[in-house]
Amino acid sequence: MEHRVVITGMGIYSCLGENLNDVRDSLFQGKSGVIYDEIRKDFGFRSALTGMVKDPDLTQFLSRRQRIGMHQPAMYAYMATKEAVENAGLDIDFLEKTETGLIYGNDSTAGSVGETIDRIREKNDTTLVGSGAIFQNMNCTVNMNISTIFKLKGINFTLSAACASGSHSIGMGYLLIKQGLQERVICGGAQEINPTAMGSFDGLSVFSTKESTPTKASRPFDRDRDGLIPSGGAATVILESYESAIKRGVPILGELIGYGFSSNGDHLSNPNIDGQNRSLNMALKQANIDANKIDYINAHATSTPAGDSVEAEAIHRVFGGKVAVSSTKSMTGHECWMAGASEVVYSMLMMQNNFIAPNINFENPDDTSAKINIIAETKQQKINYFLSNSFGFGGTNSSLIIKKID
Amino acid sequence: MNRETIIETVKDFLSDEFEVDKSKIQPDANLQETLDLDSLDYVDLVVVIEENFGFKVTGEDFVSVSTFDDFYTLVEKKLAEK
Repeated sequence: MEHRVVITGMGIYSCLGENLNDVRDSLFQGKSGVIYDEIRKDFGFRSALTGMVKDPDLTQFLSRRQRIGMHQPAMYAYMATKEAVENAGLDIDFLEKTETGLIYGNDSTAGSVGETIDRIREKNDTTLVGSGAIFQNMNCTVNMNISTIFKLKGINFTLSAACASGSHSIGMGYLLIKQGLQERVICGGAQEINPTAMGSFDGLSVFSTKESTPTKASRPFDRDRDGLIPSGGAATVILESYESAIKRGVPILGELIGYGFSSNGDHLSNPNIDGQNRSLNMALKQANIDANKIDYINAHATSTPAGDSVEAEAIHRVFGGKVAVSSTKSMTGHECWMAGASEVVYSMLMMQNNFIAPNINFENPDDTSAKINIIAETKQQKINYFLSNSFGFGGTNSSLIIKKID
Repeated sequence: MNRETIIETVKDFLSDEFEVDKSKIQPDANLQETLDLDSLDYVDLVVVIEENFGFKVTGEDFVSVSTFDDFYTLVEKKLAEK
């Protein structure tokens, strides 16, 4: 028997705000979270632009032992998960006595690895790096920390799929619940924001250099875009079987009805229309709806010249030119491993509040973006179905379709 | 460094590192129980001792340490050997 999969909780810690309400307001206002970070320039970055979140003070929530294995990915994920758990009407006592899984997207721990190596080089002695380093440095840091803090007893692993990590994590949670293997899975994505994590990415010369105008620099689909802007934080969604949500008597925020995925099998960094189309069509087929049912597409578009054009073409081929499209990366920058999860949260907030957040800085289309309906100003509109795209290095693609439950 | 200074220094960094109230760090109190140390915490204890006194302790050094008083004696001995 297949189970319906619903969303019963969300949490967000991003450069648009540190909780759902603040982020909702930022999305509605089209507020950018991008800044110029002098530290990056001093570090040798080509572009010092970044979305910015602060490291949360966890001393008020967690003991020393609970905090010691946490660096940015786990710290951000804790904040987002804490909010999501509360939003879903869950608590640790309930989680400890039931089976809840955790599949979190994360694809780096560069900040803590860098600090550890610096320390070993300074001391020339590995026993002086402290007990927390190994738990900060492993890529599954979010899962290790969150599963122990929240006493989770279900499936427990980290999903690494470049900038589609967060999206695939939700997709995998969906499949496990749909098949009846899990009743509830906490999914999400985390992205560290420190310069060490982003130096090699900046080295590809793909970041925007519009440093004199940080909030105007991320301009997905715009003719004058010149690159992406890194960003970070964490986003969590609580997926649950429909039966479990009804049994617990909690509000159902949306229903996940389609997960499409594909691999380009092509180039390390270049996008591929065929790969994206296969992911989009698979999601639609699984959702069992026509393309024209989709009211809104949250595009992956990162503000790179090549990536945005390919996605615009892929969207046009499958959906035509009518469906409303925006890239919230115009406000957040590219939240990388977190983006697939955060953009589901952003789109859910739009669906809950009947608006489409703007693709800010979209002033002039180019040949491909002119083919699709990009929403440049906040639009009041009911959303019954939305699709969220995520594409990652190595050619990994993920598309999620979520339906409103009245 | 005299014993009084050692005691004050130890109280400062242990209460800070292990988030324990300084008043609980008494000479005859059990170090492991007071600081609620597990196996991982001993790794951090080695780190903070090295940071504050400039010498490294080993597991063998801790065989003779039960109370904070024992610990102060260990520090005195190690500093004298430096």
